[in-house]
Amino acid sequence: MPTVALVLGTLFGSLINLNHPGNYIHWGFIQMSYGNLLVIVLMIVVFCAAILIPFKSHKGGER
Amino acid sequence: MTIVDPKTERPDQADLDKAAGRPEDADQWTAKIRNTAVEALPPQKLLPDRQPAYVASWIYVFGVTTIAALIVVIGTGFVLSIFGPNWWHVSSTGLFVNSLHLWSVEIFMFAMVIHLWGKFFMAAWRGKRKATWITGVVSFLVSVGAAFTGYLSQQNFDSQWISTQAKDGINSTGAGALFNVTNFGQMIMWHIVLLPLVVVALVGLHVLMVRLRGVVTPFPAKNETPGEAAAAAATSGAEVQA
Repeated sequence: MPTVALVLGTLFGSLINLNHPGNYIHWGFIQMSYGNLLVIVLMIVVFCAAILIPFKSHKGGER
Repeated sequence: MTIVDPKTERPDQADLDKAAGRPEDADQWTAKIRNTAVEALPPQKLLPDRQPAYVASWIYVFGVTTIAALIVVIGTGFVLSIFGPNWWHVSSTGLFVNSLHLWSVEIFMFAMVIHLWGKFFMAAWRGKRKATWITGVVSFLVSVGAAFTGYLSQQNFDSQWISTQAKDGINSTGAGALFNVTNFGQMIMWHIVLLPLVVVALVGLHVLMVRLRGVVTPFPAKNETPGEAAAAAATSGAEVQA
């Protein structure tokens, strides 16, 4: 179990390292942490995916 | 008609009255509320097993995702309340439940915002659904307050930092005397009593409004009147299993 945790921790920890004071972007009067920017981008991606990806209903083709 | 309830083996008073030709006392406030409620939301409408065909899209999933996340938020919140900060900051199980509480809130807000975007671009307040939209908006605003008081209730340096930063903003609005973000006792009461009650009540009302008015119909296609679109939506094959 510790090996799995180590591998997963290394994999995801190397993708986004949050173990330090936050980095911020400055766009004019807009100031935002990269963490918050990432969440906003993810929401936009999921929103677009929800509209574009077809939904398979229980009785396919009934639509 | 069941004169004797087979489960309790006792006669049902309402059935006995009906059999004896004694009508219900429709003037009583209990009967009035019951009849109005059943008329507005009969059981098959309150808990439907079919939805209109146009609901078969991923964008309709985010409302129920928000509710599922809210259930986990409330459940983990109960557990955190039982054991307290010594437990959630130190023991491995406590840290895990604390993390579940945080991440379910993240999913709650994430799904709620996507739900909001979806409904905004559908203009989901159409067709006498203004109250549904408004209860949703107010739920969102109250949830922001619930999350904020949650960050103030963590009992660590982060919550101290947030409260001392926030006090200036709150004081500048003039609300600081009533709502003191550096008063931990007040903030945790808002977080675990007042705001959860309001959020759950508003979300419940919101869901009831959705059941009452139904899911908003799609915008009409080109050269189609809104009436034709509603008729097409109502008859287009038309319902899929929920």
